[in-house]
Amino acid sequence: MSSTADITAAPEKRRQGIRWGELAPFIALAVIVILGALINSNFLSANNLLNVVTRSAFIAIIAVGATFVIASGGLDLSVGSMMAFVTGIMIMSMNAMVPALGNWAILAGAGVALVVGSLCGLLNGVIVTVGKIEPFIVTLGTMGIFRAFITFLSDGGSIPIDRSLREAYRPVYFGDFLGIPYPVLMTIVVIAVGSFLLYRTKYGRRVTAAGSSDDVARFSGVHVGRVRTMAFVIQGFCVAVAAICYVPRLGAATPTTGQLWELQVITAVVIGGTLLRGGKGRILGSVAGALILEVIANVMVLSDMVSEYLVAAVQGAIIIIAMLAHRFTNAR
Amino acid sequence: MNAAVHALAETTALPVLRAEGLAKAYGPITVLKDVTLDIRPGEVHAIIGENGAGKSTLMRLLSGHARPTAGHLEMDGTRVDFADSVQAEAAGVVLVHQEILLAPDLTVAQNLFLGRELTRGLMVDDRAMNRRTAEVLARVGANAHPADIVSDMPLAQQQLIQIARALLDDRKVVILDEPTAMLANEEVEALIGVVDTLRSQGVAVLYISHRLEEVEQLADRVTVLRDGEMIGTWPASELDQRQMAELMVGRELSMLYPPKRGLSSAAPLLVVKDLSVDHGKVEASFEVRPGEVLGIGGMIGAGRTELIEGLMGLRPSHAGSIQVNGTTIARPSVEAMMHAGLVYLTEDRKGKGLLLRERLAPNLTLQALDSVSPGIMLDRAGETRALREAVEEYDIRVRALTLEAGQLSGGNQQKLLLAKVMMTDPSVVIIDEPTRGIDIGNKSEIYKFIDALVQAGKACVVISSELPELVGLADRVLVMRGGRFVAELTGEEITEQKVVYAAASSRDRTGGRAIA
Ligand SMILES: Nc1ncnc2c1ncn2[C@@H]1O[C@H](COP(=O)(O)OP(=O)(O)OP(=O)(O)O)[C@@H](O)[C@H]1O
Ligand SMILES: [Mg+2]
Repeated sequence: MSSTADITAAPEKRRQGIRWGELAPFIALAVIVILGALINSNFLSANNLLNVVTRSAFIAIIAVGATFVIASGGLDLSVGSMMAFVTGIMIMSMNAMVPALGNWAILAGAGVALVVGSLCGLLNGVIVTVGKIEPFIVTLGTMGIFRAFITFLSDGGSIPIDRSLREAYRPVYFGDFLGIPYPVLMTIVVIAVGSFLLYRTKYGRRVTAAGSSDDVARFSGVHVGRVRTMAFVIQGFCVAVAAICYVPRLGAATPTTGQLWELQVITAVVIGGTLLRGGKGRILGSVAGALILEVIANVMVLSDMVSEYLVAAVQGAIIIIAMLAHRFTNAR
Repeated sequence: MNAAVHALAETTALPVLRAEGLAKAYGPITVLKDVTLDIRPGEVHAIIGENGAGKSTLMRLLSGHARPTAGHLEMDGTRVDFADSVQAEAAGVVLVHQEILLAPDLTVAQNLFLGRELTRGLMVDDRAMNRRTAEVLARVGANAHPADIVSDMPLAQQQLIQIARALLDDRKVVILDEPTAMLANEEVEALIGVVDTLRSQGVAVLYISHRLEEVEQLADRVTVLRDGEMIGTWPASELDQRQMAELMVGRELSMLYPPKRGLSSAAPLLVVKDLSVDHGKVEASFEVRPGEVLGIGGMIGAGRTELIEGLMGLRPSHAGSIQVNGTTIARPSVEAMMHAGLVYLTEDRKGKGLLLRERLAPNLTLQALDSVSPGIMLDRAGETRALREAVEEYDIRVRALTLEAGQLSGGNQQKLLLAKVMMTDPSVVIIDEPTRGIDIGNKSEIYKFIDALVQAGKACVVISSELPELVGLADRVLVMRGGRFVAELTGEEITEQKVVYAAASSRDRTGGRAIA
């Protein structure tokens, strides 16, 4: 039926075909939203939706970073503890700088957070690449270390932010610009920058190359270690951005801040279509994954069919279903 | 045009496997059409054709690894429909893939029995598995121990392990897709012995190879595919190598090897002094001059690939000094070498050469990314342009530019890999097994390419296990044995016998690390 002559000039037909596998997380999100609307009419209220999206911002922002790490062939289990640690350091430095800087302490503290977060990521990355140790093990270790540090710094209690800063800092979580909450704006910025880095730059190309095959990348002159370390740094930076948006919400860092977030983040990334074995990263998918998790929690709270204590169970089931769906859409 | 299928004495034998009007399309792309083929018990049936002709596809259809879009299979006269390769294997049809598909971190025995482990009670019976593994390894002439870890072995040994795996159980049809592409002469001899034994036991062997001398020597019948179509089946005795080649490409062929260039006396482009790789396992010094093709010969495991990987900083190595194009390289790395003008094309295109799940353009530009996209951003348009040019220049047969590298036929992957390293505009090119899996027409293209390269004042180092290639191509040959260069041959001295003689020492026939 098709001629095999002059094959190289064949039009690039495949591009037009809809790639269902890539759309899956968005379709799933739409389905869950529709279900939510059917279950409880309050679900679709602007207020509730904004709330859900705002709350999902933290996981979404961290998941963008995790997309880099996972696409490059790594894994970071320490993001939850790192988040708590960065939050603690940030609040402590803001408090320390209040007398000298007044409200500017917020900006300075945010700067400190970004530096500390990036350094935490660098630590993970260097141990993984220079020490040549499985990222799973390394970040399992640093997960414990960061968690212990925040517990130590807070003496088992909490590190509250200075009263004088509350008012000025509040809008970063609760405020909005043209009706869009700041955390959501922040997420959009992170998505835009992340997508640019991953899809448009040479660095992004090298991330996927290193993730698809360590050997091929090495044999092609790619500095696999550097590329991977950088992915961990990006992850740490994203954690710091999330921490900056998160602090005004609760006003303190505690030993339970960010607990189990690593699971939510990895779940978001995986249901978003990024492969755990590396080599492909889907930033928007990861964000859709974060939204899915938050919407499910919200729908369960709004409806009284299932106890909200089971939220984690449902989220756990989702990751398994997502992987099964992936298996079937990919089977040729 | 279905050429006459010649009547042979044994035509009366009922075919053990029969393909009837077999076709395969991937989406809109038809890669195989209307193949009707009889496979008889006790015959060695060679399938030949150009790269991308559809040989591997046909074999996958016969062995349940892919399902036909039209046509069907018959075994012993009854229609069969293999849902997957497990069913095909149960029916006695097994395919040994062109590419290595083994679990790299498991032992040889664990790989052979993967999924069908022998047990005693609840426990796996390692002793029995190791014993049977040792038996079958001996049968295929593999120099390995059942407890060796696969990833530690040279590719050739891994290939033999794959073959051993297929022969573990009794088979009716054994399909070997380019089994000898990675083997050196000695292993090829052993493999031919195995095939002979299978034939005498009444097993049908389907045999794909681009080495036509093997086909001539081994096959009873030969089927030729061209562009997904079956050209015909002939008794092997009626065809010589030249006729086979011309049936494959559909035109007359010119000389295979370009004329030699003679010795060069210009200042060397590459000077390597006292390079020691893997803590002394391989040690060598050598030079390459502009305008010459330096061949490196030796048996599998002699350390040729290790030498070059060490030179490129891809293995632990230490050198007295390395100079490329007059630049001294203090710490060798692929990147430093590339900037100085030296590139290396690996023998392991699947494992180390190409990202199989990526599209063609990212693969092509991965190494030369900085020159294709000088800024921090990717130049997508530039990449597509580069791909079109490469497809044109290297005659890469792709049916769509958006395919993934893993969807190209083996030979076309090799051409893509060549295009990839040439993107960096090197002055010294080291090619490990340049024509592995490449058909005869393209072989002569690659030889012409190498010739043009050195004519332009560049230099080329060729590592090859194919003796005729080494002898036909090189102006100078260094022979490696046991990690050391043991002979240098030039001009008239370069003959197959001399290379073999130097490569095989009386004391230690394997020379390398094959025996643990
Ligand atoms: N999954 C796929 N999707 C699209 N095209 C494919 C796919 N797999 C193979 N092809 C195409 O089918 C054609 C035949 O490939 P095949 O591997 O059978 O060739 P071959 O004769 O074995 O070549 P070689 O000698 O290079 O190994 C090639 O053009 C290849 O690009
Ligand atoms: Mg093939």
